This record gives sequence, structure tokens and C-alpha cells, in this order.
Amino acid sequence: MDALNALVAFANFVLVPALAYGSQLALGALGVTLIYGILRFSNFAHGDTMAFGAMVTILLTWAFQAMGLSIAPLPTALLALPFGILATAALVYVTDRTVYRFYRRAKAAPVMLVIVSMGVMFVMNGLVRFIIGPESQSFADGARFLITAREFREMTGLAEGLAIRTSQAITLVTAVIVVAGLFWFLNRTRTGKSMRAYSDNEDLALLSGINPERVVAVTWVLVAALATIAGTLYGLDKGFRPFTYFQLLLPIFASAIVGGLGNPLGAIAGGYVIAFSEVTITYAWKKVLTYLVPETLEPSGLVQLLSTEYKYAVSFAILVIVLLFRPTGLFRGKAV
Amino acid sequence: MSGSLRGLMMFALVAGLIGLTGVMQGWNSALVILNMGLVSAIMALGVNLQWGFAGLFNVGVMGFVALGGLAAVLISMPPTTEAWAAGGGRMALAMIAGAATILAAIFVWRRMAPGRRRALAMLAVITVGFIFYRFLFGPARDAIEAVNPAGTGYLGGMSLPILLAWPVGGVLAAGAAWLIGKTALGLRSDYLAIATLGIAEIVIALMRNEDWLSRGVKNVVGLPRPMPFETDLQSDPAFVAQAESLGLTAVEWSTLYVKLGYTALFTVVLVALLVLAQLALASPWGRMMRAIRDNETAAEAMGKNVKARHLQIFILGSAICGLAGAMMTTLDGQLTPGSYQPLRFTFLIWVMVIVGGSGNNFGAVLGGFLIWFLWVQVEPMGLWVLTTLTAPLPDSSAFKEHLLASAPQMRLLTMGVVLLVVLRFYPRGLLPER
Amino acid sequence: MIVVEDLHMHFGGFRAVDGASLSIETGTITGLIGPNGAGKTTLFNAIAGDLKPTSGRVTMSGEDITGLPPHALFGRGLLRTFQVAHEFATMTVRENLMMVPGHQAGETLWNVWTARGRIASEEKALARKADEVLEFLTISHLADERAGNLSGGQKKLLELGRTMMVEAKIVFLDEVGAGVNRTLLRTIGDAIAELNRERGYTFCMIEHDMEFIGRLCDPVICMAEGKVLAEGTIDEIKADERVIEAYLGTGLKNKISQEAAQ
Ligand SMILES: Nc1ncnc2c1ncn2[C@@H]1O[C@H](COP(=O)(O)OP(=O)(O)OP(=O)(O)O)[C@@H](O)[C@H]1O
Ligand SMILES: [Mg+2]
Repeated sequence: MDALNALVAFANFVLVPALAYGSQLALGALGVTLIYGILRFSNFAHGDTMAFGAMVTILLTWAFQAMGLSIAPLPTALLALPFGILATAALVYVTDRTVYRFYRRAKAAPVMLVIVSMGVMFVMNGLVRFIIGPESQSFADGARFLITAREFREMTGLAEGLAIRTSQAITLVTAVIVVAGLFWFLNRTRTGKSMRAYSDNEDLALLSGINPERVVAVTWVLVAALATIAGTLYGLDKGFRPFTYFQLLLPIFASAIVGGLGNPLGAIAGGYVIAFSEVTITYAWKKVLTYLVPETLEPSGLVQLLSTEYKYAVSFAILVIVLLFRPTGLFRGKAV
Repeated sequence: MSGSLRGLMMFALVAGLIGLTGVMQGWNSALVILNMGLVSAIMALGVNLQWGFAGLFNVGVMGFVALGGLAAVLISMPPTTEAWAAGGGRMALAMIAGAATILAAIFVWRRMAPGRRRALAMLAVITVGFIFYRFLFGPARDAIEAVNPAGTGYLGGMSLPILLAWPVGGVLAAGAAWLIGKTALGLRSDYLAIATLGIAEIVIALMRNEDWLSRGVKNVVGLPRPMPFETDLQSDPAFVAQAESLGLTAVEWSTLYVKLGYTALFTVVLVALLVLAQLALASPWGRMMRAIRDNETAAEAMGKNVKARHLQIFILGSAICGLAGAMMTTLDGQLTPGSYQPLRFTFLIWVMVIVGGSGNNFGAVLGGFLIWFLWVQVEPMGLWVLTTLTAPLPDSSAFKEHLLASAPQMRLLTMGVVLLVVLRFYPRGLLPER
Repeated sequence: MIVVEDLHMHFGGFRAVDGASLSIETGTITGLIGPNGAGKTTLFNAIAGDLKPTSGRVTMSGEDITGLPPHALFGRGLLRTFQVAHEFATMTVRENLMMVPGHQAGETLWNVWTARGRIASEEKALARKADEVLEFLTISHLADERAGNLSGGQKKLLELGRTMMVEAKIVFLDEVGAGVNRTLLRTIGDAIAELNRERGYTFCMIEHDMEFIGRLCDPVICMAEGKVLAEGTIDEIKADERVIEAYLGTGLKNKISQEAAQ
């Protein structure tokens, strides 16, 4: 019984949150890794692209709510999401045309593009703050919980409850669908295959008649979709505040690099590795342990390795360890 | 020579802009901009050393600047004797235990043969050390933070002159840079960027949460000043007479006087650093650095220790950022860990360097002044533009209200546009290298 | 001087150098030939510290130097040039040469600020030396040109010039003659011979031009598919069946010998 309680507490405080967070990171890291694979630079504006996508989705959600549109018990945001993706795709496409393409044609060094993306980051960050303001916004509606802790306790008779928020469940389901769709696209469609060919060997791909501008455009659209979905899910789960998206840059890049930059499978694995490490290291294990050890051995402290304020230190430490011991990432990425 | 003429004109332009501010918004505002402009220029000099001279992509500037700020507190504030009595000794032991654990782990790693036994031994050392550290640390922290939490609740500093904190801030930043450089400098440039970004976040997290050290978000206010207080000046008859002879009130002249004092101090530091940097750039050392930047492989084959040189310049650049951070905290008179934002303290400095002209010290300094000026003035200018644009709308319009309230956000947008435009049309900056 | 024992350099599963053993005697100009992709450059890179060998040993005058970084090898008098010229593009030709000598006082920051007189006189001597080298290589007129603007052949000369700025013990030349016109090639050849004779440099040079090799090198080592095939004088090498086979492939060789028989 105690072991079961410990398991439920573990699921409630570690497993479920880390799965949801890991999915969000994985979606973010996929965007970063796609850009790296095709356009060959680290996009510092990615966090703010996510913020922009989430912002558009939020604005539309409010509009739909005002119109009385609803898909309860699901959050209205899901209805707004496709439009958010469209708007974000338009924005990044225009950005590519007006900004990045020039440097691509000039065959600028990758680090130059990184600096350019810093400029784009400023613009997008300013845009988001200008339009929706720097404060936090709430836009989640529909049912809050799939199952509450109380319901779970009543159902099972256990002392510990397991709460699953709708946002967490949606995150997981959406992530699975999106990832499956992405891999289907990359592996099965002509365009997807040409993208992978281009990523593996640019010159060879060009020789075989692949249109690079088309590949780039498709990449940006995919990235916009991934970023908007990741941003919206993160906002639903943790609340929307523009500056938190900038801060996500670190764990997202850590995920992509840990998995192996340029490797989509790696990005997903990296996302979960980072999320699980962050959550397990900053979780206070006292509750779980009290069920598992005899009363006399019960821990007096919280048994928390690091306080949650230092969660970025965890991403960072894992990043450094992986880079030192396996510089190409867990799944051999493109970067050396 | 057209290069230096161009430089002169650019600097004249900046001087003109600041002068214009003085005429239109008052000399007090102009001096405020000038002083932070000087600090920004020093930060830009530090980043330019790393990026322009050596191509090192450091986006952890904020962390080094914050460490400089911490140095200002640790040097100048009075020690909290009760806090030291309550937990100071234990805290010192905890720090020693922590350092010893890390050293022991490194020792095990270096001395034992690779394999499972080494991994286990290292894990054991770290676990035992960590538990011991936490055993010492927890109670010490609680005891220190319990001492008058509203007023102190931290260990305080050393009551030394705050000017001493400037070099110390540099040394503190240099120490951190050494640690980072040792692990991360071998990485490719964008990995180094992510690593430094992470370090900066961690430094800020430490300063926000380790109340026993920095008071965290409770801030440390009332740092000692290298300049006299305005009120003291105003009560000095000689000073009042001086003010009258200048045709100013004592209050006006005292605020200007203090600010001018900072201007003088900062200018001395900037000029000294600029001279040192220029001498270095024009020397065989600078030649070696340029060779390394041009072609690392060849420089290495020609006997230059590229790793060591990179580490050196990374440390120097970071130390300059730390120094500037200490100067800034001195100017502010307070340490507010909550106010460090990467966009403001890392990426804005990058905009300065890129816009000014990376690889050219004068360019970086110019960028420092120019971008800082813009950063400050875009807000009122943006408000003015928006007010003009929305003038036809009724005052009750929610849209108008929203736009006017959003004016401060114009800054980031403008900085981004400036950076993108300069990158596109002047990719080597306003004052290019050579 | 240099002894390479069973050196392997693998990239993933590919064996670019596959158990090469050879020795380069003091005072020789040793030629290293072999078809494209034989692993010659890779072997150089592994000896000169640019690549860490997968296995094997390199010794210099009896001392193990395997895996030492290039800058440490430079300190021991081992220098090299690159197949694709590695000039310092934004620096002048003279600066390219002046940066070479190690232990310059002006390379220490502290001296830059405090010992300016000493640095100035050192720089004067360095500049003189650089100009001598440029004269020797017949490119004095390029002294103040940006190295990035030089022609391919001139860059090759510059690479050779860098090795003359210090007292080297052994110099590895990777196709210094490639892409260089006949006259210039002669100049380079003369320079190498003179450095060998007068300053006692030992050379190991990769070259595809057999005439050039024949004029300068003794002995000549031939590599193919990561292994050392044969070693001897140029005539011995030219006559060696295995060498011909490696260069021409078995089929072509049979055809040639058939034609010769007819
Ligand atoms: N870094 C590397 N990664 C993978 N393969 C490599 C690498 N460097 C060299 N190779 C491979 O090793 C083989 C040997 O290359 P190397 O450059 O040593 O040939 P080489 O004998 O110098 O030829 P050439 O006369 O054309 O210069 C080639 O097939 C090359 O593709
Ligand atoms: Mg070769």
C-alpha cells in the first residue's frame, strides 16, 4: 500500500509534470534542430517565436470567447491554434524573405546568422510586448482537470491523490500527434525527403534538383507550427508571460544539443532528458520517501537537491556534461 | 585617414546628441545618459575584446556585470556582526567543504584509471561531500538570514572604500571566467554562446536566492559613495557661493556636481582601458591574436597556444565587464538582483559592439554611447510618435490607451531594427576595423 | 629524426592511415608520394598533432611525441605547411612572417605596456628577418600586401617562408609545388635545397610532380590506401611493380605491359 502511495505521489509530482514539460521542450527543441539542420545556424529568436505564436493564439482565443465560440471541455485555445500557426508562419516567412535570405545568398558564416537572429529576437520580443504587454495573461478555459486529486483518492482509496490537469493531458496528446505527423512528413512525403536530403548534404541535394528556397520555406512553416504549438501548450500549462519564453531558450537549446543538434529524434529525447532531470533534481522527495522507509529513518529535511530557482542550473549542468563527454550529443547530430 | 575623420564625426554626433539632451531635457538628464554611456562603453570594450579580437561568442555578459555588482556590496557595505556571529564561521566552513568536495572529485578523476571504479569513487566523493556541505550550509544560512531580515539578514561586506570594489569586481568576474573558460572554451562558438547564457542565468539565480550573501530580491540599498552627498554639499557655504557664481541654485549645482564627479571617474577608467587596449592591439600580442582569429589551425602550427590565448582574452574581457558592473552598481548606489535582464545586460551590449564596429575599440566605445543614448531616448520619442499618431482618436479609445501604455516596449523593437539595419548595410559596423 | 610506428588514423570505419611505419633520417629531403586519397595529408596531420592518431607511435629523436598539440611540436622544431594554403588573410605578408617566431617579448601583454623599447628593437629585427626571407623567395614587392590577396602560388611561397623565420629541425611540406608555375617551382626547389644544405633542415615533402621529387628527394616513400608501399631512390620507386599498380590500377597496368610486349 505504501509503495503504491509512493508511486502515486511520484507520478503526481514528478512523472506527469515532467512528461508535460518534456513534451513542451521537445516541441521547442524540434524547431531549433530543424533550423539548425536546414539553415545551419542556432536561432536565438526561437523562444520569442514561441511567444509570438502563443500571443496570436491568445488574442484569437479571447476573440472566440467573446463570440461565444467554445469547444468545452477542451480549451478554446485549441480552436485558435491553427490561426496562430498561420500568423506565425506568415511572420517567420516574411522575416526569412526580408532578413535571413540576404545572408543565405551571401553565404555568410553561421555565426553571422546567429547574430542576425539576435536582432530578430529583439524585434519579436518587442512586438509581443508591444501588442499584448509584458504582464502575464490567462487564457485557459474549459475543464481544468482531467482528474482531480480528490476524485482519484475516492476512486482508489489511496492516501495520495493523482491530479492530471487538462493542459497536461492535452500537451501530451498534442505532442504525440505533432511528432508523429512530423516524422511522417519527413520520412514519407517528397518534400520531407528532400528536406532530409538537403540537411544531410546540401551540395548533393542541389545537384539532384531540389529547390533550396522551397525547402527553406517549408522549414520555416514547420518551425512556425512547432513553435506556436509549443508556446501555446506551455502557456496553457504554466501561464503566459513574454519573458519566460526568452528564458526557455536555455533548456530548449540544451535539449536540442544534448540530443544532437540537427537530429529530430535527438531533440525529443533531449527534451525529456532535460525535463526529467530538472524536475527530479528540484523536487522535494520527502513525501515519496516517507512512504518507502521505516518511520525511524524518515528524513527530517525536504530531501531536495536544489531549490526550483536553480532549475536552469540543471539544464546547464547536463548540457556541459554531455558536451564534454559526447560532443555530438546522445544521438549523433550534425554538429561537430 | 578618412577612417579617423569618420570616427571624429561620429563621436561629435554623439556629443551633439547628448548636448541636445542637455539643452532640451536639462543637463541633469544629459549627465545621467553620459554616465551610463561611459559604463556601457566599457562593457562594450570588454565584449569587443572577446568577439572582435578573438571571435569568442560570449552571451553571458550579464553574469559578469552582476558579479561586479556583488563585489561592490561585498567590499563596501559594513559587515553584519551579529550575522557573522550567528552563522559566519559555519558558512565559511560550508564553503570550504564545498570547494574541497569539488577539488577531491577532480583529484579522483585525474588520478584514478578510467573505468567503473573511478566513476563510483567520484560519485561517492561527491555524495558524501554534498551531504556534509548541506549539513553545514543549511543551518548557517538560516541563522544568518534570521538576523534582522528586514534590515540586513546577510553577512554584509568589509567596509572598505567602494572604489576598491571596481578592481575586485574585475577579479571576481575573471575568476568566474577562468572556471567557464576552462570547461567551455574548446566548444564551437554557438555552444559557447549557450554555455555562457546558462552561466549568466545561474549567477543571477544565485544572487536572487542566496539572501545570506546578497540579500536577494530584498536588494542592498545605500551603498557608500565615492562622491559626497548632495545634501552635505548644499549645507556647505563655500559650495553655495560657488553655485551662485555659476548662476545656479545650490540644489541644481549639487546634483550636477556629483554627477560630473562620476563622469570624471568613469572617463579616467574608460580612457585608461582604451589606451591599454589600443596598445595591445597594435603590438605583437595583437598580431598574434589576429593571426589566431584569421586561422586557428595555422596559428597553432606556428607555435601559438590557441587555447591559452583564448582563455586569456576571455578572462580579460569578462574582467572588464565585471569592472563595469561594479562601476554601475556604485553609480546606482544599490544592488538589485531582480533587475538583471539578459536583453538589457547581455544582448544590448552586443548591439553596441556590432553597431559600433567589432574589432575596433573606438567603434565599440562609440556603439556604447550611441546605443545607450537610443535606449534611453527611444521611450520618450516613441511616446511622442504614438501620441501624435493617435491624436485623432478620442481619449476614451481603449486602443489609444493601449498604444500609449505600450510605448516603453518600443525600445526592444527599435534596438532590433537598428541591429538588423546596421548588419545589412554596414555589416562591419559604423567604425569598421582598419 | 622522425620514426612512425604502425600509425592508424581511422574516421569512423574508414581507415585513412592504416598501419603506416616509416622513418625520416636527419638531413634528408624525404619525398612522400602516392595516389590521391592515399592518406598522405592525413599522415602529416597525425604526425603534426592536428589529428590524434587512433593508434600507433611517433617519435622525434627517440622522444615520444604522439598526440602532442601542434604548438608544442613547433617548440621542438617541427614545422609544417598546408596543402590548402593557410595564410593569415587579413594580415600583411610581412606580418604573416613576423608572427612566427615564438617567445617574442611583445607577445606577453605585460611587456606590451611596460617594455615598449625592448619590443620596438625586437620588432625591427623581426621585420629585417622577414624582409630577408621575402627577398630569398623573390617576393619582396609583396611585403605590404594583404596575404588574402595573394595568388595561390604566392601563398604557397609564403607558407614556405614562415618555416624559414625560425631555426626548424624538420619541416613537413604538403604539396608546396602544387599550382605553382615552372619558374616559381624552380625557385621553391632551390630554396628547399639551400635550406637543407646551409641550415641543416630535414624535409619531408608530399609532391605529385615526379620530376620535382626526382630532382630533390632521396629517399622517396610511396603510400597507397593508408599503408607504406615502398621506399627507395626515385628510380627504384619508379621501377617498383607495386607502385605502378597502385598508381594505375591492375587492369591498366596489365594493358600497358601487354602493349609493351607487342
Ligand atoms: N576528417 C576526415 N574525415 C573523414 N575522412 C577523411 C578525413 N580526412 C581525410 N579523409 C579521407 O581520408 C583519405 C585520405 O585523405 P588524404 O587527404 O590523407 O589523402 P592524400 O593522400 O593527401 O590525397 P591528395 O594527394 O589528393 O592530397 C581520403 O579518402 C579522405 O576522404
Ligand atoms: Mg593531400
